[in-house]
Amino acid sequence: MTTADLNVALPFIIVAAWACILLVIDLFIPADRKGLTALLAVAGMGFASIPVLLRFEESNRAFNGMIVQDGFSSFLQLLLLGVGVISVALAYDYLQRRKIVKGEYYTLLLFSVSGMVLMAQAGDLIIVFLALELLSVPLYVLSGFAAKSNPESEEAAMKYFLLGAFASGFIVYGIALVYGATGTTEIEAIHNVLISGVSNLGLLTVGAVLILVGLGFKVAVVPFHMWTPDVYDGAPSSVTALMSVGAKAGGFAALLRLFLAGFPEIAANLAPILVGVAALTLIWGNIAAIAQQNIKRMMAYSSISHAGYIFMMLPAIVDSDIAPDAISAALFYLFVYAVSNLGAWGVILALERADGGGLSIDDYAGLGERNPGLALAMALFMLSLIGVPPTAGFIGKFFLFRVVLDANMIGLALVGVITSLISAYYYLRVVVVMYMRSGDPQVRSERWLNATLWLTALGTFLLGIFPGPLLNLASRTGLFGLVP
Amino acid sequence: MPEDFLPIAVLIILATGLSFTILLLGQIFGPRRPNPRKGSPYESGMRPYGKGQRRVPIHYYLIAVLFILFDVEIIFILPWAVVLRDLGIFGLIEMGLFVAILLIGFVYAWKKGALEWD
Amino acid sequence: MTIPTNYFLALSGVLFILGVLGVLIRRNSIVILMSIELMLNSANLAFIAFARAFEAHTGQVLVFFVIAVGAAEVAIGLSMIVSIYRSRGNIDIDQISQLKG
Repeated sequence: MTTADLNVALPFIIVAAWACILLVIDLFIPADRKGLTALLAVAGMGFASIPVLLRFEESNRAFNGMIVQDGFSSFLQLLLLGVGVISVALAYDYLQRRKIVKGEYYTLLLFSVSGMVLMAQAGDLIIVFLALELLSVPLYVLSGFAAKSNPESEEAAMKYFLLGAFASGFIVYGIALVYGATGTTEIEAIHNVLISGVSNLGLLTVGAVLILVGLGFKVAVVPFHMWTPDVYDGAPSSVTALMSVGAKAGGFAALLRLFLAGFPEIAANLAPILVGVAALTLIWGNIAAIAQQNIKRMMAYSSISHAGYIFMMLPAIVDSDIAPDAISAALFYLFVYAVSNLGAWGVILALERADGGGLSIDDYAGLGERNPGLALAMALFMLSLIGVPPTAGFIGKFFLFRVVLDANMIGLALVGVITSLISAYYYLRVVVVMYMRSGDPQVRSERWLNATLWLTALGTFLLGIFPGPLLNLASRTGLFGLVP
Repeated sequence: MPEDFLPIAVLIILATGLSFTILLLGQIFGPRRPNPRKGSPYESGMRPYGKGQRRVPIHYYLIAVLFILFDVEIIFILPWAVVLRDLGIFGLIEMGLFVAILLIGFVYAWKKGALEWD
Repeated sequence: MTIPTNYFLALSGVLFILGVLGVLIRRNSIVILMSIELMLNSANLAFIAFARAFEAHTGQVLVFFVIAVGAAEVAIGLSMIVSIYRSRGNIDIDQISQLKG
């Protein structure tokens, strides 16, 4: 180990060390001053983004290839740190309203973000596993954060924990089989062994499928999505916001890197299954969302369907000509989805009442009259999630579909477009209820929440009109480092 | 290869067969005269009191969970101790860091009152 | 006489499937937790078997990590089960279903 090694892993080290220190500092912060803990958590993530920005375009390997740094990891790390900061801003007022203010919330959040940041840099299956656990375990606890006053939160935590641990079991066994077939756990070395000929291809394929199943649970694709609506519904909304973006981005980081840099040949063999999973996820996520009356459950199914859109990139990376485009489209879409989705969750948080009410879609009636700004923001987020121009979601989906068409998967593209049309029904229903029906929604207005809403709304709008710089960044990062 | 396991198979069959035979013989020939004294739980000759299944204070669970967490760290310390001489000062610093991180958890648990008995 | 790697693999495969079935069939959350541990430990057995076959240490080191992470999961799981038992007096996962789905 050298200082150069530590230097490459610096973003993760900063977040993790900061989380440890904050755990102790928080013990000495009085209960009515927990805002300070939140501020310190944000500062930690801010520090961690400095080395990411300074070395954005570099490609490095550290710890004998266990930790890698490339454009892919830098892009995702920046996104994940941003998501972490926004979730702190979303949580600050929400925790006070629900009377669950505890410094541990921010510490756990920081630990979870450190896991996500590590996942973006994972160059070895051991690190993939450790990062995944570091990402999930704090989220299990956070889901149960409101357990004292709300039994549903406890139940959500239990379900999330049992299914998450179940998924980890699959991943560990998959890693064991991959190790047995190739004799290594380093992702690039696996590929080298694969090119020079593996004696036991069957073992490797089974291992890859088991890892796929485990990560499929984590990113919630059909048929491994059963836990999503219950957990998203029961967990405190501020945690759900983090879960729906951060945990998914972390899971996809591992999936994309593994299937592109590790075993693209296996992915080619599995292409029909991958296409099937993507199509099923799109269809089931969008159709089940229609029936939901509770906005948190609707957003849960919506998050499943968006996982499906990103999952379409997995069968596409098989073709090495299309792979760079597929990676950059996935990265861009993750970014756009994060911005719009966090914004939508911000509006949900603003309308949720202290007793946990205000979560039915009917509670949004009259928002257009009472609070035009908030209603406009919500309409913008909904349009972006459908993918209507000129919002950011449209650009994101456009590039995803173009990659799918380039890869000659016309059937899958058709399913994607049709399900996007179906999704318009349930997203627009929220908009219709807001503007066409009268009611008296209680809206919470708070500094940090409003700032977040402004930021995400502006982001959704501007990325729709000027997608160039971000798209350029995503496509440049897709081109170096990851693609062999 | 499989024939190498023959002795083990014979042993398994013999052991199960023998234990079942003895149990069966006891069932057939043994006298059965139950009384309350015999039915009561054995507590080293003391007179048993209370119910067999008592409720355990919830605090035991907390201690047990903390024990699991700190106990497992031994698996990292043990191999380290074996190769300590080869690792030299670098290994010592590494383990110092590891223990420091554990200590943070310990300080947290302590300060939160998880170790207080009341 | 050395035992061939395939035997270990067969045993670990059987243990893994038993673990998966245990999670899917049993309804007591503690038993489910034990089944998940069984899955992790079957993977550990496979790691050790492969490490022995390759005469390499990577697999053995991996087992340490899996054990440590497994302990962390058990700690979280047990705390949740205790908390749920305190509030509901029951740890059957079919009873823990206020949320539909």
